[in-house]
Amino acid sequence: MGIANIVFIVLFLAGSALFFVNARKIRRNILLGKDTNRSDNKATRFKLMTLVALGQKKMFSRPIPALLHLFVYVGFVLINIEVLEMIIDGAAGTHRVFSFLNFENFKLYDLMIGVFEILAFLVTFGCLAFLIRRNILNVKRLVMKELNGWPKTDANLILISEILIMGSLFIMNAAEKNLGSTYWFPVSGFIAPIFSGTSESTLHFTVEFCWWFHIVGVLGFLNYLVISKHLHIALAFPNVFFANLNPKGKLSNLQNVTNEVKAMLDTSFVPPAPKEGEVNSFGAKDVFDLSWKQLLDAYTCTECGRCTSSCPANKTGKLLSPRKIMMDTRDRLEEVGKNIDKNKGSFDEDGKSLLGNYITNEELWACTSCNACVQECPVNIDPLSIIIDLRRYMVMEQSAAPNELNLMFSNIENNGAPWQFSPADRLNWANE
Amino acid sequence: MTELKIKTMADFMATGEQPELLFWVGCAGSFDDRAKKITKAIVKILNHVGIKFAVLGTEESCSGDPAKRAGNEFLFQMQAMNNINVLNSYEVKKIVTGCPHCFNTLKNEYPALGGNYEVIHHTQLVQQLIDDGKVKVKEGGAFKGQKITFHDPCYLGRANDVYEAPREVLQKLDSELAEMKRSKAKGFCCGAGGAQMFKEAEKGNKEVNIERTEEALTLNPNIIAVGCPFCMTMMTDGVKHFNKEQQVKVMDVAELISQANDL
Repeated sequence: MGIANIVFIVLFLAGSALFFVNARKIRRNILLGKDTNRSDNKATRFKLMTLVALGQKKMFSRPIPALLHLFVYVGFVLINIEVLEMIIDGAAGTHRVFSFLNFENFKLYDLMIGVFEILAFLVTFGCLAFLIRRNILNVKRLVMKELNGWPKTDANLILISEILIMGSLFIMNAAEKNLGSTYWFPVSGFIAPIFSGTSESTLHFTVEFCWWFHIVGVLGFLNYLVISKHLHIALAFPNVFFANLNPKGKLSNLQNVTNEVKAMLDTSFVPPAPKEGEVNSFGAKDVFDLSWKQLLDAYTCTECGRCTSSCPANKTGKLLSPRKIMMDTRDRLEEVGKNIDKNKGSFDEDGKSLLGNYITNEELWACTSCNACVQECPVNIDPLSIIIDLRRYMVMEQSAAPNELNLMFSNIENNGAPWQFSPADRLNWANE
Repeated sequence: MTELKIKTMADFMATGEQPELLFWVGCAGSFDDRAKKITKAIVKILNHVGIKFAVLGTEESCSGDPAKRAGNEFLFQMQAMNNINVLNSYEVKKIVTGCPHCFNTLKNEYPALGGNYEVIHHTQLVQQLIDDGKVKVKEGGAFKGQKITFHDPCYLGRANDVYEAPREVLQKLDSELAEMKRSKAKGFCCGAGGAQMFKEAEKGNKEVNIERTEEALTLNPNIIAVGCPFCMTMMTDGVKHFNKEQQVKVMDVAELISQANDL
């Protein structure tokens, strides 16, 4: 074992450990949310995950980005086999350890390397097209104002990193071909001539450099995930698995409200005492009041904006953007997470909250609850449930509903109808 | 016009009978002048096929939908529990609603509070009646050759995945059914849901119902068909906004079937 192998092993372990530590923090942050039972109907959930996450079913309602995304997705998943080979090579000091798969009468390894090259080419093509869509074509949902600053940089960094990581693979193979390698290189074969006349030592250096660039790039990218919107590549799967299986129109029932209403209607009903340490509040003001699934939604969101581009409020110039609801929820949750890190495991009240500091009343009151955002999300995120929970807090804890809605409430309370009609007149239509 | 035969649950109770079906009229269907016509069209269809149905009359109260969507879970649950008390005391089993919001609330949100019923929307009932041969649409009826486009109510479509029932009914009218670009799961809201019906829209650059009506009008339809009293209001206002009320009618699916059969 040489010094290079030791360096590699140290780098690999450090990169993996760092990722593990940060992934655990994300898990901790998600579990700051309230409990909700999503472990029922496992077979249905598994099927849904297979179709929607693995099979990308919902992506294909917009075929062009769906196809480009499929290139990047399939490429990224399968090229991991090559990354595995590189890890073994790096740790054990072997060279192309899987090449034993080139059998006498079937060159399986050649086929693998060739397919990986074609996939890497498609990934590069997809990422370039995405960069063009974001920065030159300015596709509307990809340049909206909530993406200004870090979100835009984040998106471009992801795409450029992927292009560089794939590019290093091509250059490595091209240099290796010039060193006499006879594996099937369907893509790098084309660029191999750029190395003609290059000295053997330069070629060796190029192969070595690209190899390290690729594997260090992969480790870096893995650790970049945790601060990026790109987390969806991992979280899309659990997020779809734990998605709401009820009809979209069914909003959650607040059990603590049920207890109070029952006690009001039936004086013999004694509501169960709240669990220790639990404050009986209604709706959500901050991330702690949301469920872990709503927080998982926030980490899963990759800011594609299909929700916002189909939102009737946003389409007609209102402030509401379902994507921003998800981005705000994650931003606030990360802020809370950092606060907890700083205070050795407990949250130090910072006087801020999701409602108010991140999401305004005006945004929330623009929603028509039409479920277009929920329908459009390719990974079954539910922005509407957060909007409703925040509205509940505004109405039941802050009495901050718009006046017209207060009038509607009092009409229902007094007349049993949202308008000012007498309940005695309810059947008048029959005789008109 | 033949007289409508309407009995309340209390009427049935008095004679010791049990109706097959409860017709949940809804607040709009009871009080809104335009929506009352939809209510009557539904009753005419029920009378025509001779279903033994009842309404709650003055015992009906708001389902609580707008309160719940606006965030007032207290008021919603008060309404729901009172309604459930009434429904359960009459041992109601099956309910048809004239409004997708009542439909969604009764079907999906009442069970958690002790109200378990088979709930269908009136377009589903009409479709069943046509399938069973109980309602026949006359050939060459009033809407033959007319161009009709159906605007999906969010609370029937996306909320409950009912897209085909209203379309299958409309197909019986011998008319041309044209789809808007945003239809079915991609349907665009009329702007009234989530309690927006009862408030001014937030600041923007356009009203949602104008955007939707504009889309419908690009098809040059004779009729915009709806399945919700709130969509009815929004689309009618939209058509008026474009001064098209002479050329384009907004009609509920039930009204179309009722008129096609001269009921």
